[in-house]
Amino acid sequence: MLTRLISRSTTQSRWQTRFWILALLAMLLFFIGNVPDSSSGIGFVDAAHASETVAEEAVELKGAPKLKREDYPQLLGMSSRSIVWVIAQMHLYLAAFVLAVPLFVTVIEWIGVKNRDDRYDDMAHEFMKVSMTAYSLTALFGGTLAFALFLLYPDFMGYMMRVFGGQTLVYAFLFFAESAILYIYYYSWNSLRYGNKKYIHLSLGILLNVVGTTLLFIANAWATFMMAPSGVNEAGAVTGNIWEIMRGPLWNPVNLHRFVANIAFGGAVVGAYAAYKFLSAKSLELKAHYDWMGYTANFIAILAFLPLPFAGYWLMAEVYAYSQQMGITAMGGILAWLFIVQAVLIGTILLAANYYLWSGMSRCDGSERYRYLIKYIAVTLVVCFLIWVTPHTLILTAKETAALGGSHHPMLGPLGIMPAKNIAVNLMLIATFLSFQLYRRSDKEVTVAWAGLGNALLVTIYVVAIANVIFAGIYYGYFTNTVYKVGSSVMQVVSTLIVIIAGVTIDSLMFKGAKTLPSKWGQVSNRAQYALFALPIAFTWLMALMGYVRSSVKTHWHVYTVMKDNSPDNYIPAIGHAGNMMTIATISFVLIVLFIFWIASLSESRQVKPVASA
Amino acid sequence: MPTIVKVLAFSLGMALIFTGIANLLPQVEGQAPEDKEVDLGALTMDSFIALGEDIFKNKGTCTLCHNNMGRAPDILHLDMNEVSRKHLADERYKGSATDVAGYIHESMVDPGAYVVKGFGKKGSKDTESPMPAVNKAPIELTDVEMDAVTAFLQAKDGGEVTVALPSEAPAPSTKEAVPSVAATAEEAIGKFGCSACHAVLDSSAELGPSLKNIGARLSAAQIRQSIVDPNAVIAEGYPPIMPADFADRMMAKELEMMVKFLANSK
Repeated sequence: MLTRLISRSTTQSRWQTRFWILALLAMLLFFIGNVPDSSSGIGFVDAAHASETVAEEAVELKGAPKLKREDYPQLLGMSSRSIVWVIAQMHLYLAAFVLAVPLFVTVIEWIGVKNRDDRYDDMAHEFMKVSMTAYSLTALFGGTLAFALFLLYPDFMGYMMRVFGGQTLVYAFLFFAESAILYIYYYSWNSLRYGNKKYIHLSLGILLNVVGTTLLFIANAWATFMMAPSGVNEAGAVTGNIWEIMRGPLWNPVNLHRFVANIAFGGAVVGAYAAYKFLSAKSLELKAHYDWMGYTANFIAILAFLPLPFAGYWLMAEVYAYSQQMGITAMGGILAWLFIVQAVLIGTILLAANYYLWSGMSRCDGSERYRYLIKYIAVTLVVCFLIWVTPHTLILTAKETAALGGSHHPMLGPLGIMPAKNIAVNLMLIATFLSFQLYRRSDKEVTVAWAGLGNALLVTIYVVAIANVIFAGIYYGYFTNTVYKVGSSVMQVVSTLIVIIAGVTIDSLMFKGAKTLPSKWGQVSNRAQYALFALPIAFTWLMALMGYVRSSVKTHWHVYTVMKDNSPDNYIPAIGHAGNMMTIATISFVLIVLFIFWIASLSESRQVKPVASA
Repeated sequence: MPTIVKVLAFSLGMALIFTGIANLLPQVEGQAPEDKEVDLGALTMDSFIALGEDIFKNKGTCTLCHNNMGRAPDILHLDMNEVSRKHLADERYKGSATDVAGYIHESMVDPGAYVVKGFGKKGSKDTESPMPAVNKAPIELTDVEMDAVTAFLQAKDGGEVTVALPSEAPAPSTKEAVPSVAATAEEAIGKFGCSACHAVLDSSAELGPSLKNIGARLSAAQIRQSIVDPNAVIAEGYPPIMPADFADRMMAKELEMMVKFLANSK
């Protein structure tokens, strides 16, 4: 089957496919020949055997190196951390994008098959086209990052290689496999388009995502090992097998958080692509196509974004469980101020997403039924946003402090603490879901007999959930002690999740077989397209901000509690400096993304054959 | 205007707004502890206690949890002599200490020996402590530093300090806080953190009155009084927040150097 597939490809794709299959086989042979044996103490050994090995070779266990400042090479007097920071950030942005796109592309492709609608298939193919250029750039930045790390942090990288051993080769092998499958998946799109062949193509998409997600999880293990090491003793000597090293306490929370966040980020970036193409389009037909594409991308981004705070809750709960000190450093210590910036960013994302949905409602006359609700949603979002950005301690001069009677405002002070912010965040998520639900209902007319009952049930769920979010936040947040405060946030999260799950379930049942009202695609305002640009900008900055927190909670350790960072950059940078770095990374990424869009568009253009002169 | 230019300008504008907000917030760097030698021969009990307080509030990171936010017992507002005796007598106590100093030391190296009700690890029913052993990574206090913290906690509420001053041999090295005598007035200003609140030397802080021309407004005697008894006269428009314990923490030489330096700042 594979041979037949290749024979139908273009000459270029034939060569590429053959090359990748050869490379894959070579890597497989290389890897099989180089898997570390159990006697090495690192690598793929079972736990029992590892323990025996450690016991026998206890004297030979080698801990993490203790570095001095002179052990860190400098490059042209520049800050090594800043160099690695920007390169790593670029690699992460691109990697997040290229791993996320195939996830929703495969789903869209499957929707196309299920609905027998070629538009979905074409859109999925176009999303992949954008991702293809990004893929090679991801590899280039990945290689540059590896060189930078080995050049600037050789001892640290030496230690990491010693700990992870053969696992790094598995990563390399999977990277080759990912490349091979990705190219086959993309270039075989048209040759495996219909009938049973389509299922082969869909299977390739699933395989691509399995390999891509495994790559993500492996890379996550390196980062979470640095935050919460496992499989090593107090001195950093390897005592466990590779599985024990990888499955640290923060691995799964980070895996889930990054997996979901990548989808939201990928959706936002392809949304920007659609917006860019919409703004550049000259014909209504093209505008309609990219309007629909932008809507789908925004749908993906917001759908993935809504559960993200809950994944964040789990991650932070695990951080606190691992080390209360680390948790407080992040949430209540030196890094606490950056959560004001986070509030601004998430507020921007939610406001932009809602604005896009409200603008999009103008596509359909059926939205008239729901438009009166927009002003209430807008007021809720703005009030909640203002509560979220209210700081706990105000930055004041002595005179202002004296005039205020302290560093907390007597009326606004209570809004600065977590219970108020938990109420605000949950209400913003519920309001956004309501916008989303209203948008989805705009072009449909319900036909089921129990519509009244369904709507009443839905309104009741909204009212009870909102009341519960406010009650739990106020009562447990202000009138009981800290233990109940934490418990109340779980109640609030569950309320929000119930709204989302119930909303999707009831609407799915109620609008099954509903009458579809006409939509005027391509006539949405240009301003709505800028909302689609605001999303990836805020997402990109937010990813950098969260990376800064994740890395900074390690304080002056390369590997927390195991290997100290004694480099000149072993301090937590101030939020202003970090913000400047984030903007450099964000703007660099925007330039690269625009380059990717341009490259993707270039393949669509064809020079007109010159007319031969007489 | 081409779409690409509009998009770039929009993106740049948004990113700059986020950067601007980040730069408006308080700018604090989290410095790693630095290795410094302590002159054990020059230690007095007062400076040893001061060292303990400094470690408690800085390198030990104790105040990260032990504050009024409810994460851990608010040690600074508890009489640790009384509390320690009470815990030693409690049937839930699992350790081997017999006196206050032993209990405090044990609670640092083996926090699970006694877990205060309501402060145990989630789900452990107060049988496990979330506190890390402070003699291990990431805090890594030395024996001398833990003794200094014990001395501080015993002394802060007027209790008897039963911890012995560290001897010369073996000469331990501690990190961060250095109670050695400052050599110059500038060093003393840095050592006692004056610039955190006052505009002095390179600082332009506004929490307290500026010291840049203090010599023109106050005499040397008034300056001395403001340092050793800051609540005697409160400068108009400023809150009474200056620590009142500089007289105990400063060496006479340091106080006089500082008074002379400030009196000449006109």
